[in-house]
Amino acid sequence: MLKLEEISKVYRVGAFGGKELHAVSNVSFNVKDGEVVSLIGESGSGKSTIGKMILRLISTTSGNIIFNDANISTLSGGNLKEYYRNVQGVFQDPFSSYNPIFKADRVFRLIREEFYPGTPDREWDAKIEDALCAVGLNPEHVLNKFPHQLSGGQLQRFLIARALLLNIKFLVADEIISMLDASTRIDVLNLLAELKSRGLSILFITHDLSLAHYISEQAVILYRGCVTEMGATDHIFDNPVHPYTRMLMASVPRLDKKWEHGVVDLKEKHAAVTGCCAFYDRCPIADKSLGCDKFQPMLTEAEPDHFVACYRHVER
Amino acid sequence: MKKQKKKNEFLYFTLRNRKLQIGLSIILFFLGLAIFAPVLARNEPFAYVNLRGAQPPSSEYWFGTTFFGQDVFAQFVLGLRATFLVGAIGGGLGTLIGVLVGFTAGYRGGIVDELLNMLTNIVLVIPTLAVLLIIAAYLEVRSIFTECIFIGLTAWPWAARAIRAQTFSLRTRDFVDLAKMSGMKPLKIIFTEIAPNMMSYLVMTFILQFGGAILNAATLDFIGLGPTNAVSLGLMMQYAVLWGSLLLGHWWWFIPPGAAITAIVGALYVMNVGLDEVFNPKLREM
Repeated sequence: MLKLEEISKVYRVGAFGGKELHAVSNVSFNVKDGEVVSLIGESGSGKSTIGKMILRLISTTSGNIIFNDANISTLSGGNLKEYYRNVQGVFQDPFSSYNPIFKADRVFRLIREEFYPGTPDREWDAKIEDALCAVGLNPEHVLNKFPHQLSGGQLQRFLIARALLLNIKFLVADEIISMLDASTRIDVLNLLAELKSRGLSILFITHDLSLAHYISEQAVILYRGCVTEMGATDHIFDNPVHPYTRMLMASVPRLDKKWEHGVVDLKEKHAAVTGCCAFYDRCPIADKSLGCDKFQPMLTEAEPDHFVACYRHVER
Repeated sequence: MKKQKKKNEFLYFTLRNRKLQIGLSIILFFLGLAIFAPVLARNEPFAYVNLRGAQPPSSEYWFGTTFFGQDVFAQFVLGLRATFLVGAIGGGLGTLIGVLVGFTAGYRGGIVDELLNMLTNIVLVIPTLAVLLIIAAYLEVRSIFTECIFIGLTAWPWAARAIRAQTFSLRTRDFVDLAKMSGMKPLKIIFTEIAPNMMSYLVMTFILQFGGAILNAATLDFIGLGPTNAVSLGLMMQYAVLWGSLLLGHWWWFIPPGAAITAIVGALYVMNVGLDEVFNPKLREM
């Protein structure tokens, strides 16, 4: 359904744009129909940038994003609108997703104005009611309120309801539950699982490994804009190959362990490195003789449906 | 039906706000004087009606007469017209240019932003008075309208800069992304998503431009660069000072125009604070 082909995003920074900042470098992966793909990475790894590029909110520097055989960077006017009818996003901060001076249900009205201009009032109200029920909200409690009068979980579900009004096929969920507390978190997560069972494809952007494991079939692990490991979630979690993935797994707090048992040795983080493996300066097993300090390794197959970008692995 | 409801709610808060009530009534009072000036003024503003020269206020001449025996009240109400005209046209023009430049630069960014910013900075550093001296030398008869245009064309840069900065920070907010994903066009996003968020700011800009234009006009009039074929509050003060009303104690000549300018500009500021409460639902007294 959605195909990313070698997409990159380079920002020009510094005086006169003299320096380049590689936010995303040559990322490729696919999302199939009805599949949930997790995009996992730490802050600044470029995961949100990828989400925004898919939503056409940021342009790509190079590479193509293909949605149902159409290159989305060439879409404009009516075609772009049609794209948004199929693909929508929900962002991390539920409060900043709403224009603070309007009532929250304005996000529905905008959809009506732009996508369903001729719908009669009664039909539309019924549609909103259905969408709100689908996300577990009581229309009486949430309609006709200002954003600051609703809770974060309500607002986040409100946004998902907004996406549902369009009968979308693909949802970019950018850290949608990081700002929610534990009890609302599982509600939203289960809601996503339910939507998935109805055939919706989801790109689930997160920094939380356990959430990714809970919900997705496929996972892509990102470090400094480069894919370090990707494939079936089970394979990655059962058998992490890349040193970065291993480090991530080891750093997840566990209910049955105290921190003394799982001390992770983190090397000091240096300034952005170019011309070597993205993980080179933090890698515990880096080996100059393999070229770790010279080139970013390509993704190679570790086992069926499990790819890793590491020279040490190729050697093994 | 829904829209109707929303408008009424807005009106409800507007009419209930004490600061707006006070500010608006002061403005409306002076505006009323200006509008009905031809009815209220019983004499020509520059006609020498009182042969005894300067006289304090009386039942015949409500604000007294000038050194030459002219009716101060007639000058005052007709001068108010010029003041409101300068405020509306000069301030309006300044706001309009500032809004257009600010929104375009802030929303588009990049090279458009840099070019517009350059233009803004150039206009900002042009010495207004020097330019006006040159223009005054060329135009033998200056009208109030010329003055309005000139004030409008030189007053917009700071407004443009401030609006650009606001737009810049608002356009990166998630709700703008959400509007884009709702298929809205840039112009619609600017006017329905970004502008309402800075509505109190835009109104404040207009109010400040309005007040600024009035003060600017008064300054220009006062140093003798004002209109040559009209009466205004600034010109009244210039004549009053020229003919020694400060020394002779003819307070009725310069106090009304000065007090009116202060009251109008002050009322505009009070209104601005009130409007902020109306526009921002969090500040409303629920």
